[in-house]
Amino acid sequence: MHGRVKVKTTAQQEEEKRKEREKKLKVYVAARDACFSKRKDGVFDDEALQLTQQLLSANPDFATLWNYRREILTHLETVKDEDEAQKIYEAELSFLESCLKVNPKSYGSWHHRGWVSARLPRSNWARELSLCDRCLSLDDRNFHCWDYRRMVVKMSSVPVKQELEFTDRLIGSNFSNYSSWHYRSTLLPLLHPGSPEPPPSRCGGDPPHSCSPPSPQTHFHRVCEEQLLKEYELVQNAFFTDPNDQSAWFYYRWLLGRAEREEMISCAYVSREQERVAVTFSRPVNAQSGSLLLVLDGQPQRVEWRSVHPHFKHSPVWISDLPPGTISDIANEHNLTVHWTEKHTHRDCALYTGRSESWCRDTATDLELFRSELSVEKTSVLQSELQSVNQLQELEPLNKWCLLTIILLMRALDPLGYEKETLAHFQTLKEVDSMRSAYYSDLCSKFMIENTILKMEYAEVRVFSISDRNLTTLCHLDQLLLVTHINLSSNQLRRLPPQFAMLQCLEVVEADNNSIENLEGVYHLPKLEEVSLKNNKISTLADLQPLASCPKLRRLDLRGNPVTQTANVESELAELLPSVADLLL
Amino acid sequence: MNTFSSWSHDRASSANMATEDLPSDFDIVILGTGLTESVVAAACSRVGQRVLHLDRRSYYAGNWASFTFNGLLTWIQEQNEEPKPEEVRDWSGLTEEGEELIHLSQADSASITNLQVFSYVSEEEEEEEAANTTEEEKAADEEAVKESSETESADSKEDDEEEEGAGEEEEQPAQAEGEEPEADQPRPSPSSQSEPSRKKISYAQLVKEGRRYNIDLVSKLLFSRGSLVDLLIKSNVSRYAEFKNVTRILTYRHGNIEQVPCSRADVFASRQLSVVEKRKLMRFLTSCVEETEEQTAYHGRPYLEFLQDQQLGDNLQHFLLHSIAMVAEDTPTEEGLASTRHFLRSLGRYGNTPFLFPVYGLGEIPQCFCRMSAVFGGIYCLRHSVHCLIVDRDANRCKAVIDSRGQRISCSHIVMETSYLDRSKVATPSRFLSRAVLITDSSVLPSESDQQISMVTVPPEGGSPAVKMVELSPSSMTCIPGTYLVHLTCRSVGSAHQDLSPLVTRMFRTTESQEEDRRPSVLWSLYFNMADGTASQVEGQPLPSNVHICHGPDSALGHEDAVQQAASIFQSILPEEEFCPPAPNPEDIVYDGDNTSTGEDRGDMGQDDEQNPEQNQNQENRNQNQENQNQENPDPEQNQNQGNPELQSVGPEERPASS
Repeated sequence: MHGRVKVKTTAQQEEEKRKEREKKLKVYVAARDACFSKRKDGVFDDEALQLTQQLLSANPDFATLWNYRREILTHLETVKDEDEAQKIYEAELSFLESCLKVNPKSYGSWHHRGWVSARLPRSNWARELSLCDRCLSLDDRNFHCWDYRRMVVKMSSVPVKQELEFTDRLIGSNFSNYSSWHYRSTLLPLLHPGSPEPPPSRCGGDPPHSCSPPSPQTHFHRVCEEQLLKEYELVQNAFFTDPNDQSAWFYYRWLLGRAEREEMISCAYVSREQERVAVTFSRPVNAQSGSLLLVLDGQPQRVEWRSVHPHFKHSPVWISDLPPGTISDIANEHNLTVHWTEKHTHRDCALYTGRSESWCRDTATDLELFRSELSVEKTSVLQSELQSVNQLQELEPLNKWCLLTIILLMRALDPLGYEKETLAHFQTLKEVDSMRSAYYSDLCSKFMIENTILKMEYAEVRVFSISDRNLTTLCHLDQLLLVTHINLSSNQLRRLPPQFAMLQCLEVVEADNNSIENLEGVYHLPKLEEVSLKNNKISTLADLQPLASCPKLRRLDLRGNPVTQTANVESELAELLPSVADLLL
Repeated sequence: MNTFSSWSHDRASSANMATEDLPSDFDIVILGTGLTESVVAAACSRVGQRVLHLDRRSYYAGNWASFTFNGLLTWIQEQNEEPKPEEVRDWSGLTEEGEELIHLSQADSASITNLQVFSYVSEEEEEEEAANTTEEEKAADEEAVKESSETESADSKEDDEEEEGAGEEEEQPAQAEGEEPEADQPRPSPSSQSEPSRKKISYAQLVKEGRRYNIDLVSKLLFSRGSLVDLLIKSNVSRYAEFKNVTRILTYRHGNIEQVPCSRADVFASRQLSVVEKRKLMRFLTSCVEETEEQTAYHGRPYLEFLQDQQLGDNLQHFLLHSIAMVAEDTPTEEGLASTRHFLRSLGRYGNTPFLFPVYGLGEIPQCFCRMSAVFGGIYCLRHSVHCLIVDRDANRCKAVIDSRGQRISCSHIVMETSYLDRSKVATPSRFLSRAVLITDSSVLPSESDQQISMVTVPPEGGSPAVKMVELSPSSMTCIPGTYLVHLTCRSVGSAHQDLSPLVTRMFRTTESQEEDRRPSVLWSLYFNMADGTASQVEGQPLPSNVHICHGPDSALGHEDAVQQAASIFQSILPEEEFCPPAPNPEDIVYDGDNTSTGEDRGDMGQDDEQNPEQNQNQENRNQNQENQNQENPDPEQNQNQGNPELQSVGPEERPASS
């Protein structure tokens, strides 16, 4: 019939394909074996270069062959003059380009390209940069290419400004791109370095202490305010355009964030009765490295530092016992200095006559500790940011990113003043994003604890009371080193975690009406006398085991716990906790 | 003429040569090579129908054609010629008992009217070598603008104005000029060489470089998820063409050209919108993709009312109504939402706008389908038509046709464009499109890139209709560097000039004006009206049931109408067959008596040796002919089409687009 085209059947096609594949495989295996035997014989000739090229263009992820190729090239470099070497390497680059076309995400190809580019006698970084441009325009999330680009930029000292403009372009064409935003966050501080944050204010009243001046590194990732305002505008455009895109929100968090606190000793505490020193750091450290030194009355002391719980290798709180009798005489005055040699920082503490304990510390309020999530930018800036995000929230009342950002901004501005609004927003968040309700509960617990710490600091008391606030987790326990009474009743706690052992001065714990089933953290608390755990979920005697490490425990209330149903509970407990005189079951 | 016409010539001549050999039996005879007819031809050939595809014109695509500048001038001239009186011949010798004749029209019916040409460029620099052509053009011009006194005055004024205008214009990127390989252009004066001022384009230059223009008669765009793109992909016809994204959507608002933010990236980057407006716009665009109860409540009520109630500001309402939905203020909400969704569905498939434009102009598309038809054995003749249809009186079916060479050719179906029908059978079109084609010297909204392809919407104002404007830059391969090709289209109220020239005068410089004028200058313009295909109606006695009529281009921006028409004609001819199934890969095609299928014998493809030896012979002759043609006549114009080699080749060999 006229014009009727006959087409091969699928079976025919497959058969042909199969034959072709077989043929290919034969050639491939033969070439591979030839390469291996050549390498074994130490042959580094052009033929080997040819063979590996054939194989690698079929399969660019054959790392052994890349290695062999590098061996050959290094060898050829020694026997050829510079011009010839240049030619060989340039040929290598164009070969690599063809490999990248086949698989733009091949580890082997990119790594080899970096190697070749660096060895090229007369390197052409501009060409490499434009290769990156092309690759990233095809796939703006190819992290191999991003890595390579960073290397090219570093090697050829591409101006930071030019790279920043490059991110402008990429973000302009598609702002849902973490890579570009992230790259931006590394470039901006280089181009527009911010002025260092003002050093934290000192605690008044207590003997002066010193800390090292802020090192430039801690402010490395800050950006000057003028540029920050421009960035706020850019990122606002992004999240107003698409408030569900998380990359913009994360960049915004970075913009609003501030440098990590530097490592320093934030508190030194000494107890005459226990003959014990406790030191709190601004962040977890390992003090068993020998870097933490104790000087008592000018005499370096040989002491063992230990964290509050065997669980911790790194901890913000470290304790050590002084040799018996060193400070036990109440009539003596002692001067104590702890040195943290890793950061060349120290803190003094004086134990006056007649005092049973003493401390020297920065308070949470002094350090504006709980604003650390967001920056210490001028209030006016944060206020206007809050306004615009609130504006977005009016348009998108159920957007989780927007709600979360509002909460963070409110905390940065006035954590106590906005407490009510914050709680309401958390409630909405848990409803609109129920998949993450536990995360929001934990975050909300954290903020409530922070607020309670602030209130406690303002009131200058050593009582920490946070009952009936739906707490699901405990945190910032290092801030509670000096607390003597803690009330955690009527929350949703399930455990007193190992960190709880940081409450070295604790005498009374009230944790009624929770869901506590684990008491790990009630561990070696030297002053603990009363524990009330009414209506919790402690079910076995083993769960109470940690309490045995608290020498002064005399009152324990376990009413309403499953454990009270255990046979012989009274006698078992008497054996386990001999010091407890007042046991309520 | 550009390269496709060299193909056409070839086709025509090979057909001439083969006059006696033209088979006398086909399944389907198709008259006219417009988009609809060409799609039908491709679809029918693809499923094995024997197709004879004729066009009485010397070029492909009819009213869908694209012309070089010179080709357009020739076309203008043809439109102005008096139609030749129809020759009445007696064909009774070819008919049998019980057969009746339906005579067809031998000339274009009046689908094009009110043609007017205006030239605003200097003709002084004409060089001698160009004299021949330009005299012809002048003649064309004179004829074309009989009723216009504006032409002369504009021309004479223009010289001085151009001198002044050059210095203050936007900087013309130097490299665009640098790419010009021609050395024999009029030399710029030394002073103008030192500063990058806009080069003045003379009429002679337009004529001389005229082959680099591809000027469409209809101005349309392809919706990225429209039926034409789907068809091009499904049928593999896309391998014969290349496309560019329309790079931006512009609109005319309060006397200014503004960019319409429609994609996510546009909205993000827009400097005119506040963040709150951005949110509102994005929210509207995402929410209207799905039907909501709120929307249903507005059914039957104007779309504008719906937009107003969404608390969108004036600017957003303008964008959504005129540039995105592209509907009128009183269009019902459901219709407005449907076109908004059509726009949004197409957005982001290939780029930041919903539209594609074929490189080298829209005239490429019908030719791509013709090529597909030829690959599957369709026979093509240009300058060849049909005198009359032979109808079996009892069955009221068309049995055969008598072609323009007096040969009787049997067929089972006839597909023809409206203009092939005798005028007495077609009602005078009730609706027209007003068209203007401008060659300008800069973009209506200059930007960093001079390679923008812009879609501009102009909302209706006063009594004047909404205008769709497409501005093509040289990157679309439709105009020379330093110029832009602007197409304006609206539904006619008056003549094209009456409808469109007020807007042109507002947006462009057509006369000498004040120095602070930064609007682009019009170098040359053409106005004409074209019948709206959807308004054409067959009158009088109904045609036999196997005669299928295709109407010409409609007024819509997309190609939905033509594709739908072709599909329904195909369905009525071959209800059991699939419409344009994917073409097989060249390597999967089995050739008769050739098991190796190396493709060397591709001349035979689609031919059945045993049944049709003559035809095969003919085919070989044709290939031979083409080879000679290529050798003897190395066409200097072929360089132009480098990006699109498929269309240069003539024979039916299959050439997959190189990826």
